[in-house]
Amino acid sequence: MDTFFQLLLSGIAQGCVYGLVAIGFVLIYKATEMVNFAQGDIMMLGAFITITLINHLDWNYFLAVVTAIGAMGLFGLALERVLLRRMIGESPFAVLMVTIGLGFVLRSVAGMIWGHDSQSILTPYTDLPPLRFGEVVFPVADVVVVGATVVLCGLTFLFFRYTRFGVAMQATSQNQLAASYVGISVKRVVGVSWALAAAFAAIAGILLLPLKSAYPHVGLVLGIKAFAAAIVGGFGSLPGAMIGGLAIGLVEIFTKYWIDDIVQFSVSETSVYILLLLMLIVRPSGIFTSMQRKKV
Amino acid sequence: MRFVLKTDYHRDSDLFRDRVQFSWYAALFIFVLCLPIVSGTYVESQLTTVFMWSIAGAGLMILVGYTGLISLGHAAFLSVGAYTHAIMLDLGVPFFVSIPLAMVLCSALGVVVSIAALRMTGIYLAIATLAFAMIVEKIVKNWSAVTGGNAGFKVAPPELFGWELNSTAYYYFCLLVLTLVMLCVSNLLRAPTGRAFIAVRDSEISAQAMGINLLKTKALAFAISAALTGLAGTLLAYQWHYLFPDSFSMLTSIQLLMLVIIGGLGSMSGVVFGAIFITLLPDGIATVREWLPDSIGNLPGLEPLTFGLLLILVLIFEPLGINGRWQKMRLFFSQFPLYRNKTLKRQKSFLRTERVH
Repeated sequence: MDTFFQLLLSGIAQGCVYGLVAIGFVLIYKATEMVNFAQGDIMMLGAFITITLINHLDWNYFLAVVTAIGAMGLFGLALERVLLRRMIGESPFAVLMVTIGLGFVLRSVAGMIWGHDSQSILTPYTDLPPLRFGEVVFPVADVVVVGATVVLCGLTFLFFRYTRFGVAMQATSQNQLAASYVGISVKRVVGVSWALAAAFAAIAGILLLPLKSAYPHVGLVLGIKAFAAAIVGGFGSLPGAMIGGLAIGLVEIFTKYWIDDIVQFSVSETSVYILLLLMLIVRPSGIFTSMQRKKV
Repeated sequence: MRFVLKTDYHRDSDLFRDRVQFSWYAALFIFVLCLPIVSGTYVESQLTTVFMWSIAGAGLMILVGYTGLISLGHAAFLSVGAYTHAIMLDLGVPFFVSIPLAMVLCSALGVVVSIAALRMTGIYLAIATLAFAMIVEKIVKNWSAVTGGNAGFKVAPPELFGWELNSTAYYYFCLLVLTLVMLCVSNLLRAPTGRAFIAVRDSEISAQAMGINLLKTKALAFAISAALTGLAGTLLAYQWHYLFPDSFSMLTSIQLLMLVIIGGLGSMSGVVFGAIFITLLPDGIATVREWLPDSIGNLPGLEPLTFGLLLILVLIFEPLGINGRWQKMRLFFSQFPLYRNKTLKRQKSFLRTERVH
């Protein structure tokens, strides 16, 4: 039973990271109907910027985190302005391939700058003793990830519910033409969506660092799993993305500990993809259905 | 400028537009046929690689370029084809039996994936195929009793009635297969089935209205595509001598997609252009490395960087790839003083939504 709780927490912590990256996918998809396959690589970039600031420039942790998130937000804004705005009106396939190309570029540039070795940082909570509840031990890093995600989700909810710009973003995602008719600057909304998505990815990267070290290819597989999370949750729903992320994280960790030992075969590596395929077959619209297929 | 006088409706769907075009293709064929006599082994092996990538590209082109379905997991079919072939050769099955069997297995897999995936469109399909490819990759890696796992699997050399084929013979063998594939695919595309593919690509709704069974057409496209990619896999197995699970990763799938895009979506000659490009690019980068100063030239990761940048630039500036550029150049010369820059200008459309709220 203790193992169960232990696994539950680390599954949730890992799932939160997936969920945060998945939220980036959904934000961009809702605003522009583009699928950003480089989301995981943007996360990797955010992690590496934090590493540079803390390890090489000796910045304070919190200052470095805020700077990295801000820098990645600007990066997202620039990316939209330079690259993705040209792709408006092209087929979804072309946009997908552009972001895949972008992923290649980001990975190899990161490899050139930071090398291909794994790197990590020391956080203020690295040396704290783990929390104990009876026999169950909760590492602080996991608890921080979960806590930060909960706070972030709350802030996002408030932003979309109560701020003018959040409501404008919702309107744009429903109908771009109508939104521009009522005076919303669609271009700005799209730009901010990219910035937010990149910032979310950066936060995910920073939270991931104490759990798992960063290397240039870390974003590739993680991005695909986060993508699976977004689809499981119903592409286009923010709470869905978070819940999808949790589902993916939990399935991954529980198959690893329970099924792999029994069948002597590494099922856990494929469990996420099997879950994704099953989901696509059984209920392609995801847990939270937010769109239907276009009919005549 | 040449005008073709058509006196019969069937001329519209002829394999060659006129005799001039036919003679160009015939000349090209004879050239490729005679090339091994004069060229060295390097050109020969490079061309063999081009032929194999062309076959795989032809498979993917049917799916992406003509049916409008996206697959991010075609390396899986390549891998299934290669491994099935190699394993059957190991069991003593002759290659002219094992290649068709590998193709049948691939197309059966393709149908299974497509039936699962075809209720979805666009991006969902891409992700489903990606997930499928990931699963296949992991199975190949972990099922070491059959595939050899990470240690690799040795492929028996190509043999015909006790003769071992040398590289020149293998070149001709690949050329023969490629020619057959190209002929079959071109014929398929001008037949009702191929027309149905193109109709599905251009508008699913109007295709349905014209009486095309969407599910069947898409599943068929998937099956043919998977079979051709599997065929390319069997040929690659011979070329590589050893099979490793990592040779068929997601990057291979994306490389195949790049081949199709850079070559030019929606044209069979684009496949060959793309294959030549993909084969020559590593050599080209190696040459450029020597010119660059050591600090830049020796950086690892120059190759994926070039791949990514090229992909982005092609998609932004020339979405029809090398073939599109070639067509424009031809038009320019055939209309020489009268060519207008905007003749082939792309019409930009607004966001085309697939959602209903």
